[in-house]
Amino acid sequence: MGEPIVKIVGVTKRFGAVEAVANVDLEIARGELFALLGGSGCGKTTLLRLLAGFERPDRGRILIDGQDMTGVPPHLRPINMMFQSYALFPHLDVAGNVAYGLKREGVARPEIATRVAEALALVKLDGLGTRRPSQLSGGQRQRVALARALVKRPKLLLLDEPLAALDRKLREDTRFELVRLQEQLGVTFVIVTHDQPEAMSMASRLAVMNAGRIVQTGTPHELYERPATRFVAGFIGIANILQTAPGRWLALRPEKIALSADRPATERAIAGTVVEVGYEGDRSLYRIALADGSTMRVAQTNVARARESAFKRGDNVWLGWSDDAGQVLHE
Amino acid sequence: MSGRVGVAATVLAFGYAFLYLPIALVIAYSFNESRLVTVWAGFSLKWWKALLQNEAMLDAAWLSLRIALVSATFATLLGLAAGYVLARVPRFRGRTLFAGLVVAPMVMPEVVMGISMLLLFVGSDRLLGGPERGFLTITIAHVTFSLTFVAIVVQARLADFDRSLEEAAMDLGATPWTTFLTVTLPMIAPALASGWLLAFTLSLDDLILTQFVAGAQSQTLPMRVYSSVRLGVDPQINVLATIVVAIAAGALVTSAWLTRKRD
Amino acid sequence: MSSRSVFLARSQPMRLVIALPFLWLGVFFLLPLGLVLGIALGTNSPDSVPPVELGVDLASFRLLFTDDLYLAAWLSSLRIAAISTAVTLLLGYPMAYAIARAAPRRRPLLLMLVMLPFWTSFLIRIYAWMGLLSENGILNQVLRGSGLVADPGTILGTEWAIYLGIVYAYLPFMVLPLYAALEKLDWSLLEAASDLGARPSTAFLTVTLPLSLPGIVAGCLLVFIPAVGEFVIPDLLGGTQTLMIGKVLWDEFFTNSDWPLASAVAICLLVLLVGPILLFQRQQQRSLERRS
Repeated sequence: MGEPIVKIVGVTKRFGAVEAVANVDLEIARGELFALLGGSGCGKTTLLRLLAGFERPDRGRILIDGQDMTGVPPHLRPINMMFQSYALFPHLDVAGNVAYGLKREGVARPEIATRVAEALALVKLDGLGTRRPSQLSGGQRQRVALARALVKRPKLLLLDEPLAALDRKLREDTRFELVRLQEQLGVTFVIVTHDQPEAMSMASRLAVMNAGRIVQTGTPHELYERPATRFVAGFIGIANILQTAPGRWLALRPEKIALSADRPATERAIAGTVVEVGYEGDRSLYRIALADGSTMRVAQTNVARARESAFKRGDNVWLGWSDDAGQVLHE
Repeated sequence: MSGRVGVAATVLAFGYAFLYLPIALVIAYSFNESRLVTVWAGFSLKWWKALLQNEAMLDAAWLSLRIALVSATFATLLGLAAGYVLARVPRFRGRTLFAGLVVAPMVMPEVVMGISMLLLFVGSDRLLGGPERGFLTITIAHVTFSLTFVAIVVQARLADFDRSLEEAAMDLGATPWTTFLTVTLPMIAPALASGWLLAFTLSLDDLILTQFVAGAQSQTLPMRVYSSVRLGVDPQINVLATIVVAIAAGALVTSAWLTRKRD
Repeated sequence: MSSRSVFLARSQPMRLVIALPFLWLGVFFLLPLGLVLGIALGTNSPDSVPPVELGVDLASFRLLFTDDLYLAAWLSSLRIAAISTAVTLLLGYPMAYAIARAAPRRRPLLLMLVMLPFWTSFLIRIYAWMGLLSENGILNQVLRGSGLVADPGTILGTEWAIYLGIVYAYLPFMVLPLYAALEKLDWSLLEAASDLGARPSTAFLTVTLPLSLPGIVAGCLLVFIPAVGEFVIPDLLGGTQTLMIGKVLWDEFFTNSDWPLASAVAICLLVLLVGPILLFQRQQQRSLERRS
C-alpha cells in the first residue's frame, strides 16, 4: 500500500457523554477513493470533521502525509472539504468563490484568474464565473463547491454527502463524473455517505462505521461477499442470517439462492411457501416461509418476458444453494 | 372565504387607523393658523417659521444628533462583540452572567436605569473628579442600553446563518480573523446597519435616562420637548413631530427599497 | 456542539471580544445597581451634597410598605399595567393574525406600517393624545357632535387616558413577537384539525393559540414590564390624581430630592419585576438557541 496519505491512530472524540468516534484506527492510501459508510449518528461525519480540523480529538493522533496534524487549525491543513450544504458564499459570485482559497494563499492575481478558469472548465462551468450562487441550479452549485475545493490542489479532498442534495437522476450521472475526476486528478478522495449503493459503486475501498467504531474495512466486493459481522452483512445489501450453531451464523445473499418447483440437486435444499412477491422489473424479491416459522428472502432475475414473476403467493417452492454460497460469521 | 378576508381587512383598517389618526392630526395642526390645537383656523406656515428660528430647540436638536451618532456607533461595536460571543462561543467562565447582562437593559425599567447611572456618575465625580455631566455621560448611558438591541439583532442573524460558511472559509485557508472579515461581516452587514439605525433612533428619542444623567447645561431635544409639552399643547411641537415622522418614514422606505434591490 | 469554539474562547483576541462588552456592562450597568442598593440603605440629608448620608437603615423601605400613598401607587401601577397589557393583546392578536395570513408579498409593508410609529418619537406620540383628549379636544368634539354624549367630561387627566396611552405606545411591541410566532405556524395544521372534525373556533383554541403561546408571552412581557415603571404616560396624560410608581420615583428624586427613598423605590420595582424579566430572558435565549 506504500506510505499512507492519512493515518488515524487511536482517535476518540466525545460530545458530553456520547462517544461519537471511539478509538478509531484507519489508514488511507494515496490516490484512493475511500468511502466512510454508515447510518446517521454513526460518527462518520465527526471523523471527517476531525480530519478537516473542525473538531479536535480527545485522544489519538491524525497524520497527513506523515505529518502530525492533531493540533493544527483547519486553515493550515493541506486538506479541502466539500460541504454537504456546499457552503457557497452568497455574497461572492462563482469566480469569487473559487478564487477565495487562492487569495488566502497569496497567489498572484493573473495566476488566480488562470487557475479559476481551469477549475471551472474542469467541472464544466466555463463562462458562469459572474453568476451568483443563488442563480445556479443544484447540480451547478455542487460543481462550484467541487471546483472551489479542488483549485487549492489539496493532498486530500473530503466530501460530506456530496450527492445527497441532488435529485435521483442527476445523482447517478454525478457519481461517475466524480469517479472520472478523481482518476484524472489522482487526488485522494474521502467520501462520507449513508447511501450504500453510492459507496459501493464509487469507492475503491470503504469502511463501515457503527456507533463510533469502524466495523470493517475493505473493497466493495470484500464487504459484500465476505462481511465480518452480522451488522455489516445486514447493512450492505440484503442478507439472510441463519444460525447454524451457538455463536455461529451463515450470511446468505438472496441472489445466491435458486428457487425451483422441484427439489434441486444443490448441496443444500429446503422447502417453503411463497408469502410475498416484490416485483421490481428486472428481478423479483420473494419472501419464503419455512417450516420452522422463519422466513428467507430470495431474488430471481426475470429472464422470461411472458410472465410477471416465476412464482406467485402460496406456491410451494424449493430453495437451493451450494456450500460456498454463504459466509460464516462468528459475531 | 371572502367573508374572512373582509374581517381581516376590517381588523387591520381599525388597527392602522388607531395607530395613525393621532399622528395625522398632529401633522395637520402643524399647518394651523391658530395656537389652539382644537380649532382649525386656516392654513399657515407660521409655526414652521417659528420653530426654525427657535435657537434653543435647534441647539437641543444638534446636541441630540451628535450624541445619537456617537452612541449608536459605539453601541454597534460593543453590540457586535456581545452578539457574536452569544451566538458563537458556547462556553466560557461567566457566560450565564454575560448573557443576563446583555439582555437585561432591554427590559429594565428606564427610571431604575436612570437613577442607577446617575448615582454612578455622582460617585465617580466624588472619587475621580469626573466625568462632568453632559455629552459624555449621556452618551455612555445611551450606549449601555442600546448595545442590547444591537446584540440581539446580531445574535439572531448569526443564529440564522449556515455555520459551514465560516468553516468553509477556514478550510480554504482563512485564519479566524480573515474569516470574520471576509465572510461573517459581509453576511451580517444588513443586521449591523439596522442595529445601528435602531440605536441611533433610541438615543435620539430617549428622555428618562437622559434627564437623570444630563447636567444643568446640556438639554437634548426630548428634554426640550418634554418641558414645553408639560405646559400644554404647542404648535411648534406639531411641526417638530411632522419633521420626525417624515424622516422616519423616509428612512423606512429607503431601507425597504434597499433590501428589495439586494434580493 | 463544537470544541473549536472552546478553543476559540481561549485565544487572545477572543478574550478581548468577550471582555469589552462584559466590562462595559459590569461598570455601567451592574455596578450602578449595587450603588442604588447602597443609597437606598442610607438616610436623606437635605443639607449635604449629594443629599445622602450612607449607612444601613431600612427606614426608606419601611416607609414604602407602611404609607398608604405608596401602597396605592404600587397597586395602581400593577393594575394599570396588567389591564393595558390585556387590552393590547386583544387588539394586537387579531392584527398580527391578519398580517400573518395576508399574501406574502404584502406582509413586509403591513409590518412596516406597524413599526413606523415606533421609529418616530415616543414623546411625540404621547403628545398627540394630549390634543385629542383635552376638554375641547377632537375626541370630545366628535362625541358632542354625534349627539350621543351631551357632556363627555375630560378624559385627559384620568386613568382612561393612561390606558389609551399605554395601549397606543406599546402596540408595536405586542404585534411584532405575535407576528413572528404566527408567521412560522404551519397552516396545514389548521386544515388537519378541521379534517379531524374541529370547528374553526375549536381549531383556533386547540392549535393556533397553543402554538403562538411563546409570542403571546413575549409580547405581554414586552408591554407589561415597561408599563409598570412607566413615567411619561402617567405624567403627561394621567394628571395629578393617578399615581404610578415610576412617577413616584421621579418626583421623590427630582422634586423632593429624597435619594434614599427614590433608590428604595427602584430596588422594589426591580424585585417586583425580576420574575417577569428572567422569564423574558429565558425565552429570548431559548428561541435563539432553537434557531441555531
